[in-house]
Amino acid sequence: MSMKYSTKVMEHFANPHNVGQIKDADGIGYVGNPVCGDIMELYIKVKDDVITDAKFKTFGCGAAIATSSMVTDMVKGKSLEEALKISNKAVAEALDGLPPMKMHCSVLAEQALHSAIDDYFKRRGLPSPVKIKPDAHLHMGEGEKAHVKEE
Amino acid sequence: MRTVYLDHSATTPVHPDVVEAMLPFFTEEYGNASSIHRFGRNARVAVDEAREKVARLLNAQDQEIYFTSGGTEGDNLAIKGVAWALRDKGDHIITSQIEHEAVLNTCRYLERNGFEVNYLPVDQYGMVDPTDVRKAITDKTILISVMHANNEVGTIQPIAEIGAMARQREILFHTDAVQTVGKLPVDVKALSVDLLSMSGHKFYGPKGVGALYMRKGAKIQPLAHGGHHENWKRAGTENIPGIVGMAKAMEICYQELDIVSKKESQLRDALQKGIQETIADVRFNGHPTQRLPGSLSACFQALEGEALILSLDLKGVAASTGSACSSGSLEPSHVLKAMGVPIEIAHGSARLTLGRSNTQEEIDYVLEVLPQIVDRLRSMSPLRPSKEVC
Repeated sequence: MSMKYSTKVMEHFANPHNVGQIKDADGIGYVGNPVCGDIMELYIKVKDDVITDAKFKTFGCGAAIATSSMVTDMVKGKSLEEALKISNKAVAEALDGLPPMKMHCSVLAEQALHSAIDDYFKRRGLPSPVKIKPDAHLHMGEGEKAHVKEE
Repeated sequence: MRTVYLDHSATTPVHPDVVEAMLPFFTEEYGNASSIHRFGRNARVAVDEAREKVARLLNAQDQEIYFTSGGTEGDNLAIKGVAWALRDKGDHIITSQIEHEAVLNTCRYLERNGFEVNYLPVDQYGMVDPTDVRKAITDKTILISVMHANNEVGTIQPIAEIGAMARQREILFHTDAVQTVGKLPVDVKALSVDLLSMSGHKFYGPKGVGALYMRKGAKIQPLAHGGHHENWKRAGTENIPGIVGMAKAMEICYQELDIVSKKESQLRDALQKGIQETIADVRFNGHPTQRLPGSLSACFQALEGEALILSLDLKGVAASTGSACSSGSLEPSHVLKAMGVPIEIAHGSARLTLGRSNTQEEIDYVLEVLPQIVDRLRSMSPLRPSKEVC
């Protein structure tokens, strides 16, 4: 089983796109926890149902940082509906693949995106179209949620 | 690009004199040491001389040295060998929570086969308490296995104390000395060990060769059955170039032990001091004084170890992580966990292990790039270091 990262993963790890926070974000996704060793915080700015900007902050391995960079690239300019269709496999493929044991990082990226879109709908008091899949990475504690709100 | 190798606990380059000593045994003296003719005899002489060297450097007798393929085989042969040989006498084994996987997984295998194993805890510095060993001994105990020094944090264990206790209770005592042979004086008599495994490539010898010291009178079952090699304990044609190379490497390391370990520990201390001065929220792991000379383990808060190692690699610095992220499990290092390091902190661990050829200039370079890397990763991280855990 190959452990090697693709050139694209290394490019996105060395020079990640869209690092940072959006102060007046319309939706914030937060998945993972420090005990698991990876956390993704994903910010989106939405105008007329289209994601106009996306940024991230990630604590995690090389693949976690590269998938965060890639997923934020991929969602920009997409409608919320289109963005929800971005699968973890699509993120991994856009990075020319991930080592099998790092595929969970792409799952984390998909979930961070879904979590941000879910947050967008909830903030507007609208029914959320996001069906959040139960996963090991979603068991964040209340304390961590509070930490996101503060920022 | 400039490269700095700081992963000597993983493996070391083969010393040029070792390569030179090995070369004739590939192309000229290629005999099988079991053959009667001159080629065979020459090979036999080479193996005998190597055995003598290894024995002398460990303060052992020639016939107590069994050549193996490396540390993992030595650990397997010692532990399974004793377990299968003494299963009529007892079924209890004592080891520690911080052993190398070669010991831990061998013990787990024996548990699945009816043996009972105690995995002793360690203190915050990664040290086994000999009192815990004594308390764990039962009348069914057939083997105690505690490593000489830990591969992740470098803590040197109180082997002589445990050995004396085991000898008194007439229980066989094995130590995995893969990280210490060639780096610390290793005297099997002073340590009171019955079995000791070592690996050539950890001390500037070639990969694929190691040795098991087994005290005269100790009983083991072989793992590999076949010919009469290694006194029926390890069948298979001897790896003559490897054996010659390992013995040569060991000789060089012990000739230069004082100078090299002094230099390594000075550079290691300079590296640690530099990190302390330039990077906040770092926790150093391992014993402050009872530690391998070139070993430095640190946890950098709010970042993940693999990302740190990859970033160092992009700058030409080769190090490794104690985090198991790269091995596919989300569990961080079992060693740091046993030492009580909080899991979220343990994820940010890095191991920098120095060797004989590292220089002050290289350490200066690492101290130049490392703070920038830590800053960059922390600026990307949603976590903030927490003061309580440092």
